[in-house]
Amino acid sequence: MNRRNFLKFAGLAGGTIAAATAGKALAAGTGSGGGAVGSETEFVGMLVDTTKCIGCRSCEEACNQANNLPAPKESFSSEEVFKLRRDTTPEAFTVVNRYENPKDPSKPIFARKQCMHCNQPGCASACLVRALEKKPEGPIVYNKERCMGCRYCMIACPFDIPKYEYQSATPFVKKCIFCYSRLKKGEKPACAEACPEGATLFGTRRELLEEARRRIYTEPDRYHNKVYGEHEVGGTGWLYLSSVPFEKIGMKTNLGTTPLPEHTSGFLFGVPHVFVLWPTLLAGLAYMNRDKGDDGQGGGKGHE
Amino acid sequence: MSERTATNNIRVVKDAPKSFSENFREFLTFIRSELKPKGPVITKFNVISGIIIVVGFVLIGLRFWKGLGATTNLSQEYPWGIWIGFDVITGVAFAGGAYVLTFVVDILRFKKYEPILRATVLNGFLAYCFYAGALLLDLGRPWNVVNPIIGNGFGFSSVLFLVAWHFLLYTLCQFLEFSPVVAQWLGWPRVKKIVQGMTTGAVIFGITLSTLHQSGLGALFLLAPTKIHPLWYSHNIPILFFVSSVFAGLSMVIIESTFTHKIFADKVGHTLHANHDDILLGLGKGCAGAMFAYLFLKVIDLIHGQHYDLLLTPMGYWYLLEMIGFIVLPMILFIKGVTSRNVKLVQTTAFVTAIGIIINRLNFSVIAFKWDSAVHYYPNWIEVWVTATVICLEIWAFRWVINRMPILQDHEHEGAVETESIPSKEASKWKVLAS
Repeated sequence: MNRRNFLKFAGLAGGTIAAATAGKALAAGTGSGGGAVGSETEFVGMLVDTTKCIGCRSCEEACNQANNLPAPKESFSSEEVFKLRRDTTPEAFTVVNRYENPKDPSKPIFARKQCMHCNQPGCASACLVRALEKKPEGPIVYNKERCMGCRYCMIACPFDIPKYEYQSATPFVKKCIFCYSRLKKGEKPACAEACPEGATLFGTRRELLEEARRRIYTEPDRYHNKVYGEHEVGGTGWLYLSSVPFEKIGMKTNLGTTPLPEHTSGFLFGVPHVFVLWPTLLAGLAYMNRDKGDDGQGGGKGHE
Repeated sequence: MSERTATNNIRVVKDAPKSFSENFREFLTFIRSELKPKGPVITKFNVISGIIIVVGFVLIGLRFWKGLGATTNLSQEYPWGIWIGFDVITGVAFAGGAYVLTFVVDILRFKKYEPILRATVLNGFLAYCFYAGALLLDLGRPWNVVNPIIGNGFGFSSVLFLVAWHFLLYTLCQFLEFSPVVAQWLGWPRVKKIVQGMTTGAVIFGITLSTLHQSGLGALFLLAPTKIHPLWYSHNIPILFFVSSVFAGLSMVIIESTFTHKIFADKVGHTLHANHDDILLGLGKGCAGAMFAYLFLKVIDLIHGQHYDLLLTPMGYWYLLEMIGFIVLPMILFIKGVTSRNVKLVQTTAFVTAIGIIINRLNFSVIAFKWDSAVHYYPNWIEVWVTATVICLEIWAFRWVINRMPILQDHEHEGAVETESIPSKEASKWKVLAS
């Protein structure tokens, strides 16, 4: 099924509900599906089933090629990299890490890491030039010609995903952009296409969430009863399934469910109030305290 | 400058009309003469700060040539170091004295503080130019800094967008507030009259902008609820930043005034000289009041946060040191200094307060930020050196202006106040207030 048909199907299946209910939300839908306000388009996402991942690193290789990133020191077939806990870098937008399996030590768990493409992203709300931008389809893309390199997105991202090219004199922010250009052409992101085990599944967020719940329901012994990303920081585009609690596979479980932009919206809503009230009160005070001698100087001899 | 001299000057210009090029040549000669150093060139301060600045410029060149990775300890974990945490965020807090004093003098019309107003506004203006300007060193692509202004992406949902605009507008406001002095220096009485008429407007706009961007700097950190230690993170960060900018700014005014009064003793006018102690004591009083409000807010936060258990951890001790050592203690010392009229104590306490502000602002940006991270950030020597360079440049610029423009001198039209206030400090205090 190509994307166009997929979206059509999703729309018929009730995708418009997300758009309808999203009106309440600030920037994007917080409903089970999620979509931009006023948009019929549903957010796309990925379902990472860590119980299916075999640690082949095909996703890393596909990501590397799709984004024209430099070749890594260790080849993509090497298992050496699993000895260390890796993080994404400006040259690697996704990395697979190996974790011990407390249930069965002979079968380690592999979990990949990349941008989670939050429904209401902290990074995009932090960016003062909208260099990081949430697209109606769900991906958070990077408009590099706007970026001034303040790195506030890195402060704001709860997953520490935006990475900076510190070694460059003309640096950019680097992160997974959900293969947005491929998506526009109707193709899946490179990693999802490359995954031989179906451990990274592409779809609309709503459909993936249903699929995740179905898996937990049908195989309760296989899965830890939680879909990571369903509610974290207001919901993320990437959803995770695991056989063990998520903190055991290096995922942050202290993030809360409040979308990050809501932390600053109160302050920003207060700004117009201050802008109306302060000048009025200050002008009133200044007028009240004006002494007669000031009149000749237009009430403003202040710094003479 | 009085009305009469102003009109006289205009008449002189009218009597002997000069061509534009003549005027311009005269102007250039004047500027050229003013650019020359006024005091002895080889002094201990000049040599040391000169070396710092020269090496600093080399380091800044290196930073733009090699990038941030080669010249700073910044990392993927710590995207903001002391160039943001100290230079910009702390520097702007210290520059808060300008908006507080313009409020006191131009809005509330407390004439007592008028003699230090111009120096304070000058200091605030230069702080924005240099410390907030140091932001350009930290930006990866500083040539794009105009983007949020020219509209290559208006990030309306960003607190930083608000802060950026307010920095720009407030710096312009401060320049406008200060421009009568510049006009007087250049001998442009008509320009002076025009800009003077705009002072109150600039002050009102400036205070509004300051309220919002001082608190906005704190609001930046609202987006990092899981990265800042729970004892520091709260929804009140913007208000805390705003309130603390009041005593940060006032204590910096005390420190700056203490130094300028000694160093530029020959420039200090009678009014300022006679009232200097009273002014400092008054500023100390203001600090104590703002600190009490701040402490109150912090206690509310602590109670709401319910993180009492964290107080008995290393970060908890650090929090208590900041609270007790750098808020409660200086607040008590300020009160003591004011009640016993101990100016020295107020001056010393201002230093303690300033250190507390540095600690507080660095806590948000560097120390309590990712406190649980395996690897911590420490500035390297280049970052520290460049910061020192920025400070030295600001001091040089400040000195250059103080030595040329009428900053510390008396206001001519206030001759009456000046003669009255010399005999007794105590009496003068009331007379100045009453006048």
